[in-house]
Parts: sequence; C-alpha cells; structure tokens
Amino acid sequence: MQKTHLLFCLLFLGTIYSQNTIGGKITDENNKALEKCHVHISSQSTNSRKDGSFSFSNFPSGTAKVYISYIGYKPIDTIIEVKGNLIINFKMKQKTEQLEEVVLKHKDNYFNHSVLEDKIIEKTIEKYSSQSLGNVLKEVAGVALLKSGSTIVKPIINGLHSSRVPVFNNNVKLEDQQWGIEHSPNFDVNAAGKITVLKGASGLQYSGDAIGGIVIIEPFSVKKDTIFGKTIMTTESNGRGGTISSSLHKGNFCDWSWNAQGSSKYYGDRTSPSYVLSNTGNREANFSGDLKYAGKKFDVAAFYSLYNATIAILSASHIGNVNDLYNAINNQTPWVVKDFTHTIKNPKQKIQHHLAKLNYNYYVKDGESISLQYAFQFNNRKEFDLRTVIPDTKPALDLDLMTHTLNADYKLSKENWDFKTGVSGSYQNNAANPNTGIRPLIPSYDKLDAGIYAIFGQHFTPDFSLDAGVRYDFSTIQSTKFYLKSRWNERNYSPSFDSFITKDFGTQWLTKPTFTFQNFSASAGLQYAFGTDYEWYFNVSHAVRNPNPSEFFSDGLHHSSGMIELGDLRLKQEKSNKIGSSLQKKWNTLKVTITPFLNYIEGYMFMKPTGFETTIRGAFPVWEYEQTNALLTGIDFNSEWAISKNWQHRLIVAYVNGKDKTNGGALIDMPPLNINNRIQFSKKEWRNLTFELQNEIVFRQTHFPNNNFETNIIVDGNLSPVTVDISTPPSAYNLLHFSSYFQFKMSKNSEATLGFSVFNLLDTKYRDYLNRQRYFVDEMGRNLQLQLKINY
Amino acid sequence: MKNLSILAIAVVAIVSLIACSKNDPQPINEDELITTITTTLKNGSETTTLEYKDLDGDGPYEPSVNVSGNLKAATSYIVTVTFLNETTNPIGNITEEILAEGVDHQLFFQAPSAIGTFAYADQDANGKPIGLSFTLTTGAATTGNLTVTLRHQPNKSADGVATGDITNAGGATDAVVNYPIVVE
Repeated sequence: MQKTHLLFCLLFLGTIYSQNTIGGKITDENNKALEKCHVHISSQSTNSRKDGSFSFSNFPSGTAKVYISYIGYKPIDTIIEVKGNLIINFKMKQKTEQLEEVVLKHKDNYFNHSVLEDKIIEKTIEKYSSQSLGNVLKEVAGVALLKSGSTIVKPIINGLHSSRVPVFNNNVKLEDQQWGIEHSPNFDVNAAGKITVLKGASGLQYSGDAIGGIVIIEPFSVKKDTIFGKTIMTTESNGRGGTISSSLHKGNFCDWSWNAQGSSKYYGDRTSPSYVLSNTGNREANFSGDLKYAGKKFDVAAFYSLYNATIAILSASHIGNVNDLYNAINNQTPWVVKDFTHTIKNPKQKIQHHLAKLNYNYYVKDGESISLQYAFQFNNRKEFDLRTVIPDTKPALDLDLMTHTLNADYKLSKENWDFKTGVSGSYQNNAANPNTGIRPLIPSYDKLDAGIYAIFGQHFTPDFSLDAGVRYDFSTIQSTKFYLKSRWNERNYSPSFDSFITKDFGTQWLTKPTFTFQNFSASAGLQYAFGTDYEWYFNVSHAVRNPNPSEFFSDGLHHSSGMIELGDLRLKQEKSNKIGSSLQKKWNTLKVTITPFLNYIEGYMFMKPTGFETTIRGAFPVWEYEQTNALLTGIDFNSEWAISKNWQHRLIVAYVNGKDKTNGGALIDMPPLNINNRIQFSKKEWRNLTFELQNEIVFRQTHFPNNNFETNIIVDGNLSPVTVDISTPPSAYNLLHFSSYFQFKMSKNSEATLGFSVFNLLDTKYRDYLNRQRYFVDEMGRNLQLQLKINY
Repeated sequence: MKNLSILAIAVVAIVSLIACSKNDPQPINEDELITTITTTLKNGSETTTLEYKDLDGDGPYEPSVNVSGNLKAATSYIVTVTFLNETTNPIGNITEEILAEGVDHQLFFQAPSAIGTFAYADQDANGKPIGLSFTLTTGAATTGNLTVTLRHQPNKSADGVATGDITNAGGATDAVVNYPIVVE
C-alpha cells in the first residue's frame, strides 16, 4: 500500500530552450539535498549530484513519465508534460502518509530572464483568502499599498500605481477602470493559483506601458489525471464576517480537464482601536471556471470569471467643502460614528466584472507553437452617493466598460535561443449613463489599440544569457463629452481644441476630443551566474504610457476627496527609462536578494493643487493633472534564512525616493521606508504546526511636497483664515501580526489545515500616508481570524 | 512610418464611423443642482432679499451675491430661504424637496452676535427645526457676514443643534453661502 507521494514547489527560472532541458533539485522534507537519488524520466536516467541537483538535456516535448527513488523514502511516480525547459524541484517524503497532491505548471510565460520575478505561491495566496489582491502582493519586497479605506486596496510597485501597473488575469489585461485611485483591481484572490510580479516594463509580450510593473495572475491548473478540490472558510472578528471559497479541479494531460471556483464574502463595519468605522462593510460573490481540451498537438480552452462586489465607503469620508475637510483634519476624529452594523449604506460602490476568453494553442513541432486568444470583458461600476434630494437608489456614477481583445502569438525555441512575437488588437467602449443627474467624472469614449512585439533570448552558457525585446503600440481614443463653456474657457482650450466642438448646447459645448498615439517601447538585459551561487540580473527598459481618460477628461467635484479634479487635453505621453538590477546570493541556509532601481520618467503625470473654486457648496481646492520630469530611485531587500531545522526568518525592506526634477522637491504619495520582519517556527512532526510572528515597521514619509492651502472658516460668526494641512504625513507605526496553523487528516482522502491569526496584535492606533482616508479616520484595529482549509 | 500613418488614418476613420452612427447625446439633467439661494427678510410690508447665484454649478465662474438693501436695527424679521435650480427648464424648486425630506436636512445661520439673534420657525416630522423659515431680531447698528448653511443628514439630536449651533451637527454640506449685511 505504498502510496506514492509528492509535494513540490516548482521553480521556473528563466528560460526555455529547445530540445528542452529538464533540471531540478531533490531534497528531503527539511530541504536537505539528497545525493544519488535515482531519477528516471522517460527513457533517460541519472543520479542526483551532491547538492541534490539533476539535469537532462535534449529532451523532446511531450508526455514523460517520472520515477524517482531513494532508500528510505517513498518513490515519486508521476507524469509530466514537457513543452519547454523545466526546472522541477522534488521533495521526498520519509514516512507520513499524506494526500497525494499533484500540481504542475508549465513554464511558458516568461521570457524575461533579466528581471528577477517575484512569485507568490498558492499556499501564501490562501492565507489572504478573505482579503484583496493588493494585500497579497504586499508579500513582495517593493510593493506597497494605496488604499481608500480598508477594502479598496491597490498595489504600488516601486512607487508607481494605477495605470502604471497593469494586472493580467489568465493572460488578459484587466480593463476595469482602475486608473481611479479609489478603484481597486476587480479580481478575487481565491481564483489565483500563482501570482508573479514583474517590476518595471520588461514584460513586452504583455504591454508597453507598464511603467511601474506588471502583475501576472495564473489560475490553478492540474496536469494529471485526477480530481480534487479545496474549501477555505475564514471568519474574522473585525467586520464580524467571513469568506468562503471552494474549488474543484479535474486534471488531465490529454482530453478534457476543467476547473471551477466560487467564493463569497460578507462583512460589516470594520473598527479602529477607538471607534467603529461606520459604513465600511463589503460583499462579494465571485465565480471562475474553465474547460480545456488537450489533443496531441493542440489545446483549446474556454475561461469565464465574474467578480461581483459591493463596497461601502466610509461615511466620515463623505465631506462637503473645504471647511469640512479642515475640521476632519484638525479634530482627528470622524464626524460620523454609529453603532456597528452589517448594513451597507451610501456612499457605496457596486462593481461587476465579467471576463470570458477562448484560447487555442497549436504545437507545430518541438519548441515551436502558435497561440490565439480572444477575450471579452464587461465592467459595470455604479457609485452611490448621498444625494441632496434624489433617492439614494439612483447611482451618482454609472459606467459600462466593454473591451474586446484579440491576441496572436508565435514562439520558437532552439537549443540556445528562444524567440517570441505576437500581435494584439482591442476595441473598448465606455458608456457613461446620462441618467444619474450628475455630470460623469469619466465621459463616454471609444478606443482602439493595436500592438506588435518581438522578444528574443539567447543562452550563451548555462550561466549567462541575454534578452531583448521591442514593441510598437498604436492607440486612438475618441470621447464624447460635454464641457461647460465656462470650463472650456477657464482651461484655455480655445482656440487649440475648438475643432473638437461639435454642437452648441447653450451653456455647454458638446465635444468629441480625439487623440492618436504611436509608441515604441523596448527592453534589454542579462542574467549572469558567477562565483558560488551568485546570480546577477540587469535590465534596461523604455516604456511609454498614454494619458488615461481620467487624466484627460476629469472635470468636476469629487465628493469622496472633497476636491475639484481637472484633467487636461494638453497632456502628452509619459516616458519611462528604467534601470533595474538584482543580485542574489545563496548560502546553505540563507538567501539574500537586493534589487536597486532607477526610473527616470519624462512627463510624469500627477495631480497638483492650483487654487480654489467657490461653488454653492462652499470653496473647494482645485487639483489639476500636470506633467513633470520625475526621478524615482530605490532599493528592495529580501532575505530568507533557515536558522535551524524549525526556525526561519524573513526580512523585507523597501525604500523609494521620488524627486520632481522640473520643479524641485519631492513627489507626492511615495511609500515611506518600510521594514518587515518575520520569524517562523514550524515542526513537521507535530502535524506541521507553524507559528509566525511578523513585525511591520513603516516610517514616517519625510519627503513630501507642501500642498497646504489657506481657507476661511467661521469662528464666532466671523470668517477667519486657517491653513488646511493636507500634506503632512502621519507618524511612523509599528505593528505586530501573529499567525499559526496545523494540519490534520479528516478522512482517508481529505486533509485539513486549521489556522488562527491576529492582525494588529497590540491593537495599535495608526494612520497610513498612502490611505486616502487618513484625513478622516484611524486604520483598522485588531482582527482575529480563524481559517479552515480542507483539501479533498 | 508612412504605412503606420495610413493605418492610423484608417483606424480613426473606423472609430469615427462607430461614433457617428450614434445620435448626439443630450446634456446631463442635473436635477439636484442648487444654483440660487434667496434669503428673504420681511418686516411688515418691507422686504429685503439676499441672493446668491452660481449658474455654472461646479464650474469655474465665481458666484454673484446680491443684497437688496440694509436691515433696520432692533427689528424683528420673518425670514424664508429658497433653493432653486435655474439651469433646468422649467426652473427646479429644490426648497419643496428639502421640506419633504425635512428630517434629513437643517439650515444653520451664523453671524457675529452683534447682528442679532436667530430662532427657528419651522419643524420637521420629528419636531426638530428645518430652518427654511426663521426669525431674526436685529441688534444695534453694525456690519458683518450672514452665513447660511444647508446640511444633509445632520445629527439633529446632538447638543445645541436644535437651537441652531452647527458645531456638533456633522452631516455633509449641501450648500453654504455668505451674504454681507449692514444693520443701520
């Protein structure tokens, strides 16, 4: 009854070369290398070396049987699918009987040898089952979070966010209006099998405008004839709610395979250490699934996912005019604190995102393949506000964003090089519902994009490789927008943009602003291994980003921030030149990675306060989109240290400095220095019992522009001038988080993991510079979380 | 580069065709925009009006303030406030809607204490003031600003709010206007 077992992590380093090579390392459960294991793949066999490594070369693509044996350990017996170079690390188990779990992923996505990719594996993603994509990404050194409250979270990579960090879900770029700061990526983390963060714009096969970086999400997939599933249930004290996520996977190599996953979240008001954060609940109901047929030379797959969320916006953040903002900042206590409730009231956001895609891959011959993909996305965003007299059920903003995308890619891998090229085209339509009673912040528009790219990687020796790529993008956008004539004049759009005017509506112009862009982007770099376990990555990239609709067309009062936001039709593309490098050194028990970078951005678009406008609601500060030349420099540090058999330590440090080179001074909203220390104790023998204590230190941002302004408030019936301090960052903070889990067997075929964790263990009161609601409330306080995961 | 330009023109043409196939859209009907706040003070047959007008809403134009005359010292005035949307045809009267949702709205009046004392003269369904009408009893001759504030969803039960103290009212500001006034 020897049950074969294998549990492994797959590491796909850099490259695909034809007549594939297969390599990897064999270790025991404690990561100790196993020498002289017998490794048998198809008709080839070898013994592992002293460091546990093995390798095969000239390996044909196709199905291969793997058999690994070692005295005293359970043999590993499985089948893998080889389509390119593979690095598979195997872990051999001594005795304990555990559920057989086979997860194989094929390395066919990344060409970017010269950029060290940061990967987040499934086990880590599961910990964040109840949270948002941004929270998961924070696992990567150099990723910070831009928040609008506790549930709207978006990633900042090396100081850049929103349009500068595209998110790819299953090879489709999410088109969900996340250019707005208070919109987070419309994605449920439970649908991710693996997440990769590529810092900088080197992923040219994806896009040419990823000035900050790219987030690549791959769904879970199984390539073995098996069926299994998992359910994760999480309940949390803060918000008094929970998340449930279930998935079923039917794997197969040839023939049919499918995956289905659903999740649901239900939370009420969160609480800070001192008060209830009124109206901060959220709901989600998400689904994703795919069906795939794999033949001998091709595979075809259909994928669909739905993200469906209702997110309450903190009541206290809905302010009127600049006096209300002044009061909020100076009182340091929210103006609305009500009893806890699960009810979600206005203001709130309701979002639905559908993604459907079809793709077809054809394997011409060894190392040569063609893939075609069509994707359809439909995103509906409704924002509900407190209306003066209109019923609250009528949205204040209602946008339908529809996108069709076609991709065709060709890949060729030879012994020492690989090449990939492709074209893409997309059509996008945004329709702003005119029946909201409010002029939409983002107008209706049509947009066409087309791109073509080629990337090439050359492998000179096993230790040295180069890669390079170029991309061309064409984009045209035509918007349909009403401008108040007063605004048109104030913006000085006449006469330069008078040609956009199509009709006179008395106090307003109907305009059709049309813009066309042609952009070139490029990337080149090297990967070099030297000395004893040193690896060096170096990459230079040039990327160009077009102004997005909010940067062009924003025009009006933004209630959640209490400011008038004005776009500018004069904006030009933003051009980034980035140098990124990573140096990694491995010792027996320690791995250290440092990643310095330098990013010079010509025409960096940002919002700047320029004065006041008085309306009937009072005075509001005006923020305009402007461009400057910016220089971002920084360094990310990551170390993983296996102190002893049971103790592990991880340290993450990230620093970025943003300078405005045109006007001097600092850039706004740059993440401050942060240090994350984790110490973990785990013992395999005790049902994998693991404890982890995490210390998160975020320093005060000392480099920031002074955007404070003067206004008049009423004191004893008289108007008196005051300064509204919107610039000063909050104090540094220091948080402790705890987590623990252990595994147990529920039945013959199912295994469970029970976890208990506490976020903000000491109930520390703090505010975060990168939370847009820092003017109004403290961050969330202590949160106890109980999580049960069942694999079956 | 020439081919690219041709491609560009072709694509623009396609987009234009897509765009032109639709009818021209109509401007958004901004139902609840307040453009005009008129405060009318009556003493017997004498009427003084204070008007505050901002016809381009959130647009850049500065509002205009119009005061029809000076107030008399030591005089009782019956005051009403009206809210209009003059961008629509017919002109929208928001006063009625504020009255209908009286429990969710309250007006506040702030001026230097020398100008006089304010007292609410109306009530919502819960017996709390709304402030669409009130009385002003002027003091001795002076000058100053009268500030009228309309708050949405104020905490009407908070300390002092029912007697017109805005300090604890909370809520969101739907409108706030200043009128320069002279008491003679």
